[in-house]
Amino acid sequence: MIEILTSHAFNTIQDRGRFGARRLGVSTSGVMDPLALAAGNLMLGNAEDAAAIEVQTFPFRLRFTATTRFAVTGADCSARLADRALPPCWCGRAAAGDVLALGMPKRGSRAYVAVPGGIAVPPVLGSRSTHLRAGFGGHEGRAIAAGDRLAVGADDGIEAPRADFGVMPADVAIPAEPLEPTSLAIRVLRAGEYDFFPAEMQRLFWETPWRISLQSDRTGYRLAGAKLLLPRPVEMRSHGVVSGVVQVPPAGEPIIQMSDANTAGGYPKMAAVIEADLWRLGQAGPGTLIRFVDVSYRDAVAAMEPVAAYVARIARTAALYRTL
Amino acid sequence: MLDRHSRQTDIAVPLAAVPPGAPKISFIGTHAVLVEAPGDLCLEQQNRIWTLAELVSAWPNVAEAVPGVTNLMLVLKAPLEDVDAFVATLQETWRRLPRRERKGKLIEIPVIYGGELGFDLPAVARRAGLSEREVIRIHAERAYTVFAIASSPGFGYLSGLDPRIFMPRKTVPSLNMRAGSVTIGGMQTGVAVLTSPNGWNAIGWAEQPMFDPGSETPSLMSPGDEVRFRIDRIEL
Repeated sequence: MIEILTSHAFNTIQDRGRFGARRLGVSTSGVMDPLALAAGNLMLGNAEDAAAIEVQTFPFRLRFTATTRFAVTGADCSARLADRALPPCWCGRAAAGDVLALGMPKRGSRAYVAVPGGIAVPPVLGSRSTHLRAGFGGHEGRAIAAGDRLAVGADDGIEAPRADFGVMPADVAIPAEPLEPTSLAIRVLRAGEYDFFPAEMQRLFWETPWRISLQSDRTGYRLAGAKLLLPRPVEMRSHGVVSGVVQVPPAGEPIIQMSDANTAGGYPKMAAVIEADLWRLGQAGPGTLIRFVDVSYRDAVAAMEPVAAYVARIARTAALYRTL
Repeated sequence: MLDRHSRQTDIAVPLAAVPPGAPKISFIGTHAVLVEAPGDLCLEQQNRIWTLAELVSAWPNVAEAVPGVTNLMLVLKAPLEDVDAFVATLQETWRRLPRRERKGKLIEIPVIYGGELGFDLPAVARRAGLSEREVIRIHAERAYTVFAIASSPGFGYLSGLDPRIFMPRKTVPSLNMRAGSVTIGGMQTGVAVLTSPNGWNAIGWAEQPMFDPGSETPSLMSPGDEVRFRIDRIEL
């Protein structure tokens, strides 16, 4: 069991996401940083669909009621176990009664606490992710709170002689392209209505350092920095969208839809963030400046190679420690 | 610095020249393809979208086929090796679509029209130049077709609204509109599934739940179903 001691708003149980239910109008939900979830699950030898706690408000504290292996990945949040500092992207074994504490992130904005077998909540429509808006999935369909007790899956590796090790954080292993002035490069593919925007608006889209506004959350990021206006309004019929889509509402400030986005949208679509950069965007907090980088379909596919190599490296490292 | 925005992509999105009668095909990232039917919003095109959804769902690389309003989004399992070939196959499939009639079930939904939860009824009546009772009669006497389930769990976009009671969506959404609100948005109607901000116009309220995540068939409505609203009570 895990007992939650301190948790502020919006920390939830998430897995990779609820796939296959879009045609029922159900958003995918799922972690904002799938690489961090994969790292945690791999380090513990979990199935890739195991659920973890996504922490996006800090400080956060929990207590293990029994000897439990665990991993903390994602944002570097000065994690401490029983008051001893843990390196970032680390897994270990807690003793019964040990408190795991996460502080304000120094890098990134979302941390993940994974446990063997995943957090044992019942799957709903094929996933353990919390759908906050609809109130199902995760722990009772809501954000976790102090006093909650969460069951941990079975652990066949509890006796592992070497439970403590770390891996390289994703943002160190796969750094973003450096840009001047300092802003995070986010690669995108052009989307359906890109060509509807006049050349001047397209130029603004690429050249503006966009600030992720304070009104940004798991549903979407609102961007500030310029207004992308159409010569006349474009009437779109409601259609399916996926996370990463960059929409432009009539007021002209783009919105990037994220994990909790509606299944449908009707705003003109400028672009879509490529899969290889979605996890990076998921770690970018309000105030971050981002710049969009135009890539081709082929480049977008190729960009997944270093990501796949990073995941494979973690799998090898974890396998190595299991055989020690 | 590289002049990035003038760089050509290796796929044409949207396709430069869409032949008349052909759908517009565009990409949302590497894993989603949007197929938009040409022409007006009508049941015939929607029928073709449902047929296309059935056909492509059987394609090995298609994870999900998600119908929208006269459009279909395909979610792919893996990125495409040959984008042009895939787009050409989609266009060809559209051209050769078999004619199929979708026979859905009939759903009857009792509605309390007007009152506290149908707070936009007076505005709809004003805009239509009709009395509130006339708006209610017009809304309740039609049969609607579920075009798509989207936006929130089990929310059906219902088509077939009488043009006399079309009502544009609000520019500023109502905060916390109650689940069950019977609403009009543009030329469509629907029943709000979640209590949340909502830009559609509430004219009544239905008690019947629209979605149960624990059920074998979570959504009451499915594309192609026929929906009738029955006047349960009028509160003016």
